[in-house]
Amino acid sequence: MPEWIVPALLTIITASTPLVFAAIGEIVVEKSGVLNLGIEGMMIVGAIFAFGVGVTTGSATLAILAGAIGGAAMAFLFGFLTLYLLSNQVATGLALTIFGLGFSALLGHGFVGKTFPGLPRLEIPFLSDIPFIGPLLFGHDILVYASVVAVALVTYMLTKTRTGLLIRAVGENHFAAHSIGYSVNKIRMACVLFGGAMAGLGGSYLSLAYTPLWVENMTAGRGWIALALVVFASWKAWRAFFGAYLFGGITIIQLHAQGFGVEIAPQFLAMLPYLATIVVLVLISSDSSRARLNAPACLGRSFHASG
Amino acid sequence: MTEEIPRLELEGITKAYPGVIANNNVSMKIMPGEIHALLGENGAGKSTLVKFIYGVQKADSGTLKWEGEEMIIPNPNAARKLGVGMVFQHFSLFDAMTVEENIAIGISKELASGDLNQRIRDVSQQYGLPLDPDRYVHTLSVGEKQRIEVVRCLLQDPKLLIMDEPTSVLTPQEVDELFVTLRALSEEGVSILYISHKLQEIKDLCHFATIMRMGEVVDDCIPAEESPRSMAEMMMGANLVSPEKPGKTEPGAPHLVVRDLSLASSHQHGVDLKNVSLEVRKGEVLGIAGIAGNGQMELMQVLSGEKLIDDPSAVSIGNEAVGKSGPKIRRNAGMGFVPEERLGHGAVPEMSLWENAFLSGSKSMNLMDKGFINIKGSVDYALNIVSEFNVKTPGVQHTANSLSGGNLQKFIFGREILQCPGVIVALQPTWGVDAGSAAFIRQSLLDLAANGAAVLVISQDLEELFEVSDRLSVICEGELSPPRPAEEFTVEEIGLLMAGLSHDHQDEKVAHA
Repeated sequence: MPEWIVPALLTIITASTPLVFAAIGEIVVEKSGVLNLGIEGMMIVGAIFAFGVGVTTGSATLAILAGAIGGAAMAFLFGFLTLYLLSNQVATGLALTIFGLGFSALLGHGFVGKTFPGLPRLEIPFLSDIPFIGPLLFGHDILVYASVVAVALVTYMLTKTRTGLLIRAVGENHFAAHSIGYSVNKIRMACVLFGGAMAGLGGSYLSLAYTPLWVENMTAGRGWIALALVVFASWKAWRAFFGAYLFGGITIIQLHAQGFGVEIAPQFLAMLPYLATIVVLVLISSDSSRARLNAPACLGRSFHASG
Repeated sequence: MTEEIPRLELEGITKAYPGVIANNNVSMKIMPGEIHALLGENGAGKSTLVKFIYGVQKADSGTLKWEGEEMIIPNPNAARKLGVGMVFQHFSLFDAMTVEENIAIGISKELASGDLNQRIRDVSQQYGLPLDPDRYVHTLSVGEKQRIEVVRCLLQDPKLLIMDEPTSVLTPQEVDELFVTLRALSEEGVSILYISHKLQEIKDLCHFATIMRMGEVVDDCIPAEESPRSMAEMMMGANLVSPEKPGKTEPGAPHLVVRDLSLASSHQHGVDLKNVSLEVRKGEVLGIAGIAGNGQMELMQVLSGEKLIDDPSAVSIGNEAVGKSGPKIRRNAGMGFVPEERLGHGAVPEMSLWENAFLSGSKSMNLMDKGFINIKGSVDYALNIVSEFNVKTPGVQHTANSLSGGNLQKFIFGREILQCPGVIVALQPTWGVDAGSAAFIRQSLLDLAANGAAVLVISQDLEELFEVSDRLSVICEGELSPPRPAEEFTVEEIGLLMAGLSHDHQDEKVAHA
């Protein structure tokens, strides 16, 4: 087995983890009927919050927490505007991204050029030493494990619990949920905040572990890929997980392919993840009936209890 | 019964919205085991009152007594705890979920845990409401969907069941089954507050009726001692003029013809049209009955040109094959449409009445002048509609969505009829329209036919179809039964055809024709 395989697979894991966080969060948001296009903005604010707190305090725990809070704060802004002031969800989401990119650049001005030691790895004696499997499954940082746990928890929550039932109900038919007596906007706000915190964690992973530096615009479109992943996964958390690894894999493969001197212009290779997004979206939407059954019927529609 | 404490007593309930008083000093009593009808035209304040009882809305003033005790019901959860159950007119169901999930979400957490699946089966068996908890709601018929709502209420041992227009979507047979269940519940001491426009049903079912008009209680009666007509007049506060068929004239040549039309629906939950053929002759009204969701929408789309057919001769107006032509060409060929959805389909909600008049009449009424809108002509046309069709509106500058359902429908009808169409197709022409406006609309359909137009009415309302139709046909799962003269049908027969239970009978009729 060539010895570059394990490091390559490891980089796939690190490339995929931010996508897993952001996509899982957005699935919960969209299941509740809210379309938040501001993932990119929430991620980048999460990234600078985490990096800033990490560098200032030196504590990884506080840094991760700050990242989640940063994302959730942005999400609160979005939720307040769209749910309570009934602004347009698409426009507000786009504005959130633009705002997030600018705001994070402002906050991050003083952090350019500083470094963060990275997240501690959770080594497990013996297990981590097993060749091949050991380094792949063990010895990652806490966020990688957290992302896997999040997938399992969100899947369980959405399909098996009453909370999940409520979230789906609100996204499916908000008028019915209201007339039965649930507070549509409160449930949606909770989901939006959760989505923001998850996007913030995804951003934290980028600035704390993936490249432990602050670079302006370092999310580089990952928020949009996460958005496509949600549709790709037809709103199912475990599918989003595999989707994220598929996209992470393609990103890394194109890097390695360039390294091996494959004779394709690097620009084409760099296009691969985005091309794959388009292909996947086309394939999924060709079977329209199946995509629609999982899509929340009230997605993107504001709710106002009138009459 | 006089000694008993009323289950629910309302006193002086008043609720005002900006500009309207929805409920003014409303008082009523519902006794245990009583089936109590709440009657009134659209906008009489019934829904507001019911929402107040169910805790969805608060009143400005007035008191509510539950079993003799004064209280406030702050939200639907509290109402359910007391034992108030509600079956909504527009079902509060979630299509992409199973029956069990739908029920679980509408009852308290404690009730929803445990062997809910089994309890649903038990209750549905006990009251004769067959229901499979594991099926997805979008695969169910409307009647079955309603059973979910009823079972959901029954699981909570209700003491008061509120039903808002429960029968408007059912076949006559399903209505009978529902009434058996309701009577059984009443015997067990459950009170039922029953809201309906169908006065014959109220006469058959209800023990007592409270009648509302303009937000006030104006009368009450014992329905068994009244006639549907007298109750309608109490609701309207005026004499009901029922539509009259003008003297029978011999219908002319077929004017709207559909030939062997088959169309697979593009909608996930849509219905495919199978081999539909029909002919509407000049001067006659053809009625198409059927339960909602059996292909009516699809048929309407094909007739109006929103859906095009590859074979142009599948639909023809006069001698012109229009199957492949859009709505504009069909309008020019003299076709008028009244779609089901008034706002957004029949009229642009945010545009003024005169603009809406212009949109459909620009060509036939010559409202376009070298590419410019003839504003004066359009306004005059709209004013003409308003005065001839009795539309109650402050002015034609007002937007379409400011009109009540009945008034807007009269406006849309007026707009189409004043263009003197050779063919008019109407889907659910009086759905949710009050009795007075409905009678007016039906009369104008009859008059139009008397003047030689071919009229096609697709409706769920059997009373309406019997009133206006010369011939009747039934649509079920996208298939059309052969039309027969309306007076040859009985309500039972139509009901069976609507439920798709009478295929051999149909075949026999085909052989006749």
